[in-house]
Amino acid sequence: MKNKEPLILVIVIAFALLTYWLVEPFAHSQMHKHVEGKNFAYADLPALTKVGNAANGKELTMGAAGCTGCHSIIKEGAPAGMDPVTAAQSYGVNPPDLGEAGVLYDAKFLAELIKNPAHALKVEHKFDAAKGQMHPMVAFYGAGGDIDQEVADMVAYLQSIAVKKDELTPKMAYENACGRCHEMRYEKWTQIGTKPSFKFEKDLLAFDIQVLEYQNALTAYMGKLPPDLSMYIRSRSEHFLSTFIENPQAHLAGTAMPRVGITADTAHKVIEHMANSGDTKRDERASIGTNVMWYILVFAIFAFLWKRSVWRDLH
Amino acid sequence: MAHFTKATSVKDWLNQRLAIEKVEKVMASEYWIPKNINFLWAMGMVLAITFALLLVSGIFLLMYYQPHVDLAFDSVNFTIMREVDFGWLWRHVHGVAASVVFLVIYIHMFTGIYYGSYKKGREMIWISGMLLFVTFSAEAFSGYMLPWGQMSYWAGMVITNIFSLGDLHLNGLVEWIRGDYVPAQAFLSRFFMLHVLLLPLAIMGLIGLHFAALRIPHVNNQDGEEIDFDAESKKYLAGDKAGSKVMRFANDFMSKDLMVVGIFLIFFFYLVFYNYGFALDPVNFDPADMLKTPAHIYPEWYFLWSYEILRPFSVNIGLMAFGFAQVIFVLLPWLDRSPNAVPASRRGAFKVWFWLLLIDMIVLTAMGKLPPEGIFSTIGLVAALAFIVLWVALPFITMNEKKV
Repeated sequence: MKNKEPLILVIVIAFALLTYWLVEPFAHSQMHKHVEGKNFAYADLPALTKVGNAANGKELTMGAAGCTGCHSIIKEGAPAGMDPVTAAQSYGVNPPDLGEAGVLYDAKFLAELIKNPAHALKVEHKFDAAKGQMHPMVAFYGAGGDIDQEVADMVAYLQSIAVKKDELTPKMAYENACGRCHEMRYEKWTQIGTKPSFKFEKDLLAFDIQVLEYQNALTAYMGKLPPDLSMYIRSRSEHFLSTFIENPQAHLAGTAMPRVGITADTAHKVIEHMANSGDTKRDERASIGTNVMWYILVFAIFAFLWKRSVWRDLH
Repeated sequence: MAHFTKATSVKDWLNQRLAIEKVEKVMASEYWIPKNINFLWAMGMVLAITFALLLVSGIFLLMYYQPHVDLAFDSVNFTIMREVDFGWLWRHVHGVAASVVFLVIYIHMFTGIYYGSYKKGREMIWISGMLLFVTFSAEAFSGYMLPWGQMSYWAGMVITNIFSLGDLHLNGLVEWIRGDYVPAQAFLSRFFMLHVLLLPLAIMGLIGLHFAALRIPHVNNQDGEEIDFDAESKKYLAGDKAGSKVMRFANDFMSKDLMVVGIFLIFFFYLVFYNYGFALDPVNFDPADMLKTPAHIYPEWYFLWSYEILRPFSVNIGLMAFGFAQVIFVLLPWLDRSPNAVPASRRGAFKVWFWLLLIDMIVLTAMGKLPPEGIFSTIGLVAALAFIVLWVALPFITMNEKKV
């Protein structure tokens, strides 16, 4: 009788693969909306038409534009006016330090953010000036000259004080661009900064109360406490994270999460930081995986040879 | 008391006390297996190895897991995945094995159905196998609760709700099962106990029964041939290994078992290291949140077919259909009225029935995951009805089968 095993194997594999394809790739393609990334081009925002002058930008940022009224620029000697908790209680969320804004954010986005925050952030559904819903960041209406020139100057200034692109680490990218709303407890990150180790429980509790008060203000501002992102690299695909960061509204229309306007490079680093929190063993997994596969392959070959020697007498 | 003499060797010492040589013969070297079987007969060994992988990886995970609603998620995702050396490996092995074990169980089950291995004295093999399927299902479900992620919580909510049994409104029963109004600490503690103690004990006992049930009727073969095991084994022992229709379990068949296990492990470890997402659902990496229902709640793939038999109907009818699907497989030895214990390929209408059932269950599996909207609902309903019709028709199509 002819050997039917190859045919049986083909049938078993074919049905298993068909089932897999139906419940995984096909089912997920039907369940989730597909959003195509646009490479962080922000094509809806106008391009900068003027060449900025960083020196003028510094004067505006520190002076007439009033940025430092709310934002600190620690590296330029402009301290924060309030501690993070008080700031969150005043504005909803702690206004970011602007030291690295020039490298984190897209230039077009920064320019639009200065002129029309709710539009740049895509939160006009929440903040409609006509209905008296003002965005906590006050728009810049010009300091008397050409507003486009003034905005370009400020963007140039922010770019001039920021670190170089390759000096921006994944951790810096996350903490600056995401960290004032999103906790990452596996990396000891809270919305008010890295949680220190305390010697006395009293100090730990005092710190936790600060975090809690910040979170209460943030919850009131956002409607819901933004999630901890410790495990987001495993709970969301990289494609989802990337396209969601690029434009949250494309996935979740009406969400309170603003478009944060980071560059493709910053987004890449933010996602890398998420992997550094939620998938720390990925390199170990790859190297052990290779070794185990070789080991099992050799095992299977020996098992096959043993079977053949045992069965030689049986036929 | 038996008579003991001074032992001549360690083996002799053990032989006098434990009869190890006899045990070895009964369990391995003179446990006779037909020669005309194919690699599908190695699925039992593949299952035993997979169960061993689950047991060993589970023991390692148990050393770090915390069955507390505030700690469970982090004990899995932080302690085990980040802090413990190779904790991630044990978790991936455990998660992938829990999924793959069902693939092999289904192959094993359909092999039994195809070759008629539940007939003529093999009924207890089939029944103990189906009891193993039920306990493995409970084991898988209880284990799925433990990471206390979003899918753990909401699957726990949905599945325990089934016990209110529709219009019977047995809410008290649901609360009794949960130990609370919603899945919470009492729920997690008891499912932890079930997962790490009671159900594994039941599984190990049932595996013993399953093996024992095999002993008297012997293993079936791929030609439906009735083999005289006594005569054939005498032939083998007399030296006519090639002429005998049977072989030893060890090392003869075990060498083939091990070869199939080797190939299976290549596939298994490929999944563990490179394609684990299907077994470790991304949604379960979000911590349980009773105020946030996931957009899609679906069971693991191996429960989808029975879930889809529940879903397309109104509540009460759905529950009846679901109950039907849960018990009907156990009754297979009596629903199949044919006198033939031969492969389905030689059984006419039964052959068609077999392939229709397999395809119907794959369709149900797919529809069980897809959102119940539009064409998917319709296909799901038709497939669920087809499942019921197939089983109701089985006694009638096998009744008139000619003896081959």
